[in-house]
Amino acid sequence: MENPQQKKKQQEYARYVKQVTPMHCLPSNMAKAFLTGGIICVIGEGIISLAETWGASQKDAGTWCSVILILLSVILTGLNIYPKIGRFGGAGSLVPITGFANSVAASAIEFKAEGQVFGIGCKIFTIAGPVILYGIMSSWILGVIYYILRITEVIS
Amino acid sequence: MNYFHAFWVGGLICALVQILLDRTKLMPGRVMVLLVCSGTLLSALGLYKPFADFAGAGASVPLLGFGHVLWEGMKEAIDKDGLLGLFTGGFTACAAGVSAALIFSYIASWIFRPRMRK
Repeated sequence: MENPQQKKKQQEYARYVKQVTPMHCLPSNMAKAFLTGGIICVIGEGIISLAETWGASQKDAGTWCSVILILLSVILTGLNIYPKIGRFGGAGSLVPITGFANSVAASAIEFKAEGQVFGIGCKIFTIAGPVILYGIMSSWILGVIYYILRITEVIS
Repeated sequence: MNYFHAFWVGGLICALVQILLDRTKLMPGRVMVLLVCSGTLLSALGLYKPFADFAGAGASVPLLGFGHVLWEGMKEAIDKDGLLGLFTGGFTACAAGVSAALIFSYIASWIFRPRMRK
């Protein structure tokens, strides 16, 4: 049973939580995310152009772009610079493929003290695991639908 | 012009996801999963290809583009190998990205020390 005193305590606590939760200014966060994400994509575009001038096909250039962005992100994560970009850019640093690489590298580095197998080996997949699992699953399910539509000649 | 389109499209996707982060209690991991799955779906519906042709890296660098690559690989494998393609397409398509992330991260775990968060 709730007595008045308890209720008052709860209200006070709710007020306290509201007070200490950092206030998000959505427009400014969005602007920061826009800027950060935009710059990362421009760097990506630069890598694609460079790869194409070196004779890579459009598809290979895209792959090179991912690989190099991942490398840069892992290095910046190791040097503890990417978390700073993340604090500023929010979603801008999370959404590009560099955000994925950052979370893989961060867990690998953080858990190396727990050993090769159960430390790095397991924890490296903390974020990569779900992303790979659901990426593969969703493309597989869509693939099954596509396959059925193809053999029934709904689509050619 | 390529750079300009890459900038505003990539930026816009990030700004929209920022709304999702600020207004809901979705954790970063969930957002990434959501983006990849949305990417495969948009790509399978044929909506992502024209978008990617227009925006270049602005569409391929965000994780939506990772989903797009997954679906493209899946479709190609099914066209080529039929039923077996369903089981080879996905991993073939994302091989470069996933391998790079795992290999570089593993090497990084040898080079860098974990740091305390301030």
